[in-house]
Amino acid sequence: MSTARTTTSTRRDFIKFAALGGSLVVAAPLAGLPRRARGDEADGAIGFFIRIDADNSVVIGYPNPEMGQGVATSLPMLVAEELDADWSRVTTTQMPLAISRNDDGSLRWTHVGQGAGGSTSISGHWQALRQAGAVARKLLLQAAADRWDVPEAELTTSDSRVRHAASGRSAAYGDLAADAGRQTPPEGEVPLKPRQDFRIIGTPQPHKDLEKIVTGQPLYGIDAEMDGMLHAVIARCPYFDGEVKTLDDSAARAVDGVRDIVKIDRPPLGEPYTVLAAGVAVVADSLWAALKGREALKIEWDRGPHADESSAGLERHCAELLQGAGQIVRDDGDLSSAMDGAAETFEATYWVPYVSHATLEPQVCVAHVYDGGCRILGPIQMPAAAQRMANQLTGIDRLSIDVQMTRLGGGFGRRLTVDYVAEAVLVSQAVGAPVKVQWTREDDLKHDRYRPGGLHQLKAGLDDDGALVAWTQRLASPSKYYRRPNMTDDRLWQAELYPDDFPAQLVPNFRLEYFPAQSGAPRDSWRAPAHTANAFVIQSFLDEIATARGEDPLAFRLRLLGESRDMDYGNHGGPTFNPGRLAHVLSLATEKAGWGTPLPQGHGRGLACHFTFGGYAAHVVEAAVDGDGALRVLNVVTAVDIGIVVNPNHVRAQMEGGVCDGLSTALDQEITIRDGRVEQENFDTYRMMRINGSPAAIETHIVGSDAEPKGMGEIGIPPLAPALVNAIFAATGKRIRRLPIGDQLRA
Amino acid sequence: MVTLTVNGSRHGFDGDDDMPLLWYLRENLNLKGTKFGCGIAECGACTVLMDGSAVRACSVPMAAADGAEITTIEGLAAGGELTAVQRAWVELDVPQCGYCQAGQIMAATDLLNQVPTPTDAEIDAFMTNICRCGTYTRIRAAIHRAAELGRDEA
Repeated sequence: MSTARTTTSTRRDFIKFAALGGSLVVAAPLAGLPRRARGDEADGAIGFFIRIDADNSVVIGYPNPEMGQGVATSLPMLVAEELDADWSRVTTTQMPLAISRNDDGSLRWTHVGQGAGGSTSISGHWQALRQAGAVARKLLLQAAADRWDVPEAELTTSDSRVRHAASGRSAAYGDLAADAGRQTPPEGEVPLKPRQDFRIIGTPQPHKDLEKIVTGQPLYGIDAEMDGMLHAVIARCPYFDGEVKTLDDSAARAVDGVRDIVKIDRPPLGEPYTVLAAGVAVVADSLWAALKGREALKIEWDRGPHADESSAGLERHCAELLQGAGQIVRDDGDLSSAMDGAAETFEATYWVPYVSHATLEPQVCVAHVYDGGCRILGPIQMPAAAQRMANQLTGIDRLSIDVQMTRLGGGFGRRLTVDYVAEAVLVSQAVGAPVKVQWTREDDLKHDRYRPGGLHQLKAGLDDDGALVAWTQRLASPSKYYRRPNMTDDRLWQAELYPDDFPAQLVPNFRLEYFPAQSGAPRDSWRAPAHTANAFVIQSFLDEIATARGEDPLAFRLRLLGESRDMDYGNHGGPTFNPGRLAHVLSLATEKAGWGTPLPQGHGRGLACHFTFGGYAAHVVEAAVDGDGALRVLNVVTAVDIGIVVNPNHVRAQMEGGVCDGLSTALDQEITIRDGRVEQENFDTYRMMRINGSPAAIETHIVGSDAEPKGMGEIGIPPLAPALVNAIFAATGKRIRRLPIGDQLRA
Repeated sequence: MVTLTVNGSRHGFDGDDDMPLLWYLRENLNLKGTKFGCGIAECGACTVLMDGSAVRACSVPMAAADGAEITTIEGLAAGGELTAVQRAWVELDVPQCGYCQAGQIMAATDLLNQVPTPTDAEIDAFMTNICRCGTYTRIRAAIHRAAELGRDEA
């Protein structure tokens, strides 16, 4: 039996704690932190939990899902730091979604915002989770002061113990936990440590779940089960917005172990997605029976309204749009006069393809819809969105829908959307039992929300001194804000062009223009969303200008970036952008890479830098291209500045992963459309880089800084593709303007 | 009836003999460490050892596993002590999401059985498993480290 108390003062409303069978459990929601990037839920309160057991072990819950970015380790590090916990004895656990209802009926986070998107886990929880640790420590101090009858100020803590130096007494947190649970919580904010006192933050730590991973423990969504669970796979309409025309399920129903067949309607045309496609679910006692049953279905598809769509057609459509006038997104100075008066002008057009997330764990979800409630268990980036979806589909009250996140076998943005959750809810509702809906790789590649491709047209003008005086980027693309609720056509650009991105404000006459293109392909966020495309075109184009003028690409960029100063940045990752910090990472990476030193024939170095979601990164790629056009990436030197670093080990890991993901994507990844359906089926046609394509070395240099910490999950990707194509240009003189690179070098 | 040995235990199976070994391990034996990634032997997430050699369990029908000795990720540290490969993976903190790592570890185990001290080129030629998170440089380093640990034990 637990006793939970909530004190009544305004401040104390935010601090709740409970003594649970001799353990201290702290949840400390705090208000006033920034809303999450995706606007998921409530202005609200945020919070967290800690459990200290009598054996002095400490369990720290992490509110956000772990998908490889390391938050299962880094978020508990924030708590443990202020708690002065013995990190070696800390275990961590995934907190379920916690949502509460206010008196006025609105909903709020019970503890803290929960989800993973926009590289905000660390920056969003930086204050609150440290505060939670500090509150717990304070309660332990109060308990020790009471027990020993000494002033609290004479007590110190370290390694999960409270010490009183004057009397030589000490007690383990575990001994004090039950008493601490009966203490009155502190008024107001508890002071946090100055940075120089950090003992855990800033130290390289491995994943807390490492041993479970290397021994194959069942951590992932695909491993999740519920009692009495059935298995389902779904035959989905391969045509965008197509529908089932005829269905003969007699053979499927005859397959041993098949229990039921459930039709799933397509989402209403043009409306926000629930599921992504119409389909026929085969529900069975086993996964194998479901798969065999699906093979036995005879379905004729109505090819829907996009049956004529093709990749070539989409590119033509984008090119036609660029012939006209678009939506002016940003317009500084007088672009046309500046272009007319420029001493030199440059133009280039770039193409970026649709790509798929291809999480290695295909989509999967277990759901159980029962009378008056629902339980959802799976690899979910946005648990509140999953809960909203289940509510929308079933009418079950939000607070009666439990959502538990498993570890994710990759996210990359795919699991920000919850179509795979919606399917599991619908099928469970139809059959009245817990159901696991398992996707195959073919399902996953054909039914994703793809990163939009697009056609980018850039033009720049320089004055007599070689200074950039005019710049324009015109983009025609199918926006990822397609079918977003309450979206209007004149705001579709918001997902594809970030108007304060470099080199805005550094070029006096500057215009961004957007042309919304039509496509039936579902689309949404893919790791570092539009930064991937925009960094590619901007950093490629700068290289084209510099090299055409015979200027060193590094010197050209440093001249443009200039000194350290804060500039307004209204997009996600703001409120400021400091070009000097970007120049600094570029200088650091190039210095460490030996920029300018001689290379063998056929080798080249390329550089690029980008500001992504508040962090600064630069890459220098060394590539070699042989006489047959075979490309090898030899090494990548990176530099990153994300302010205070919580876990340098995982900062490096994210840069290494970002480099490989960026490289893999630039080399070969492309989703193509023919007859209104995706052509790629599996990893034989959607090619992912293997170890033989990865660089021999990836060297990461971390800029130490006192700035508030920013996220690492996405920043490694955007500068990679441009640094790579710039290296290819340096090696061969051939300029790559379309992604993926594919076999362009062999032509 | 198919009979096979999995992690030292004998099992009989009289279901569809065209069912992939992967589903037998995961669904029938509840050994969830072996992962599904593609179903066509491209990605290697389902790599297990069959009679000592790395195979893609998604593409081994049960009929072909008759009489075989299978080792899965759960069977590596059978005595509770991690193998040199697993310890190297821990030392270098290789995983990110971790989903492919069981398959990577099984493939690396086979590589090191065949080539106790592989070069980078041998690693690159042998290891064909996909890591979507891009942990390849750590995988390469961990294989070298496992080779060292293996030598120390020998």
